[in-house]
Amino acid sequence: MNFHAVRAIYAFELGRTLRTLFQSLAAPVISTSLYFIVFGSAIGSRMETIDNVSYGAFIVPGLIMLALLTESVSNASFGIYLPRFTGTIYELLSAPVSAFEALMGYVGAAATKSVILGLIILATARLFVPIEIVHPFWAAAFLILISISFSLFGFILGLWADGFEKLQVVPIMIITPLTFLGGTFYSIKMLPPTWQTVTMFNPIVYLVNGFRWSFYGQSDVGVGLSLSMIVAFMALWVAIIAWIFKTGWRLRT
Amino acid sequence: MASQTPEPIVSIVGLDKIYQGGFHALKSVDLEIFRGEIFALLGPNGAGKTTLIGIVCGLVRATGGTVIADGHDIARDYRAARAKIGLVPQELSTDMFETVWHTVNFSRGLFGKPRDHALVEQILRDLSLWDKRHSKIAGLSGGMKRRVLIAKALSHEPTILFLDEPTAGVDVELRRDMWDMVRRLRERGVTIILTTHYIEEAEEMADRIGVIDGGKIILIDEKHALMERLGRTRVTVGLAAPLDTLPPELADEGLALTEDGASLVLTLTGEGDGAAGAADLIKRLFAAGIDFRSVDTARSSLEEIFVGLVEKQA
Repeated sequence: MNFHAVRAIYAFELGRTLRTLFQSLAAPVISTSLYFIVFGSAIGSRMETIDNVSYGAFIVPGLIMLALLTESVSNASFGIYLPRFTGTIYELLSAPVSAFEALMGYVGAAATKSVILGLIILATARLFVPIEIVHPFWAAAFLILISISFSLFGFILGLWADGFEKLQVVPIMIITPLTFLGGTFYSIKMLPPTWQTVTMFNPIVYLVNGFRWSFYGQSDVGVGLSLSMIVAFMALWVAIIAWIFKTGWRLRT
Repeated sequence: MASQTPEPIVSIVGLDKIYQGGFHALKSVDLEIFRGEIFALLGPNGAGKTTLIGIVCGLVRATGGTVIADGHDIARDYRAARAKIGLVPQELSTDMFETVWHTVNFSRGLFGKPRDHALVEQILRDLSLWDKRHSKIAGLSGGMKRRVLIAKALSHEPTILFLDEPTAGVDVELRRDMWDMVRRLRERGVTIILTTHYIEEAEEMADRIGVIDGGKIILIDEKHALMERLGRTRVTVGLAAPLDTLPPELADEGLALTEDGASLVLTLTGEGDGAAGAADLIKRLFAAGIDFRSVDTARSSLEEIFVGLVEKQA
């Protein structure tokens, strides 16, 4: 096991975050605060509680999830795409580093960044609404597992993309809409029955609801199903990445 | 090179590479690089130089064949093999926003080595980069960036160093500095394989030379043996009065009269500087009573030999 390489990649990637602190952390915090002002205060003050949780507090897990998913994908995809774009990937490919070690470095750093971001957004949310977390262990577990899972997905995106535009397309055109439609700002029970059925095909529903369960002890879907979905996602991404490294797709000619 | 049997540090056997589009970049290449030597790989664009280096360094997947680097198979035992190899790529690919210090330390970690600030300092000092250690790479000149790439490649103390066009875009002074640095590395026991377009570079530094063309190694030899075998020296004597024909006492293999009869040209094979051949010719001219006004000797360069070889292949 090349721990020195894992540490080097991990430290390098976190160092990049520090260099782009505003873009990496401040921007998501500002946008989340805007969501609170618009949805939590302006709209939330006119809405009833959902399952005995105030609307402002109800949307907190969803908002954290929104930032977590998009930032995990963006950070991890950018982390591996940048060396491909600049050509510095040659060093990783010529180093005694296994696929697993490279993943630990890149995905570990992206996931760490996402977890920190999630905690900062949580702290920001507490400035707007009182929040109590019923299952803190499970909240931490969801936070970490989902960060890792979507950082893995971002890593694949970073290998697949052949331009900066493609890096932006998935978080903006897929992740954000699915998260918005996955119960971030509402309970899916509020939807007409047909749309409730359609929504159940949106995988983000399970992530948002699992995370929300860890906050308030209630969820639109079973927590076991949520966890299973996260594990299934991780298994799928790991399988795809293993195939990429085995075949050298987009990496080695 | 020492006269004892040299020990191979890189052994390439039957190496084949066919790219996805069907381009056959390497055709059953066999090559041995000896420990401690400077080996220059020459070849025209698209000959297969970078593909060959890419396979040995892990950037390109071979279609067939084996490569052993310092005792380790690059496919089966890639960790041990890659730990022995350093690569300075042709492109100036660097993390522009990183400092010199951080990027070199990063490279060392990537290759599985623990932090060693004293060693990194030494490498940076050797490459005249110490004063620039806190500078961002984006702000460095092309020559300095090239040095940073060399520092990164040396940071894990490789025994084999690949330099792919190391002095491309580097001014003459820096080029000389780099040649000195390469020689110092060799003195420390590092085996160096370089590709270059500057034949002068190979002529100046290499112990042995390999020529690759069309994916095949068409020649491998010690530089001096190559110059001896394929080199030519031309001695041109400008005559005081033109001759109609070559006098019989001068009729000799290798001596010819130019078409206008104004000059005699003696062609000698081998690496010698032609001084002895010129002196001998002058004596014979005196003996024959032929007056002359100039004597000029010109030795063929490695470049001419290389161009001749490649043209012959074509």
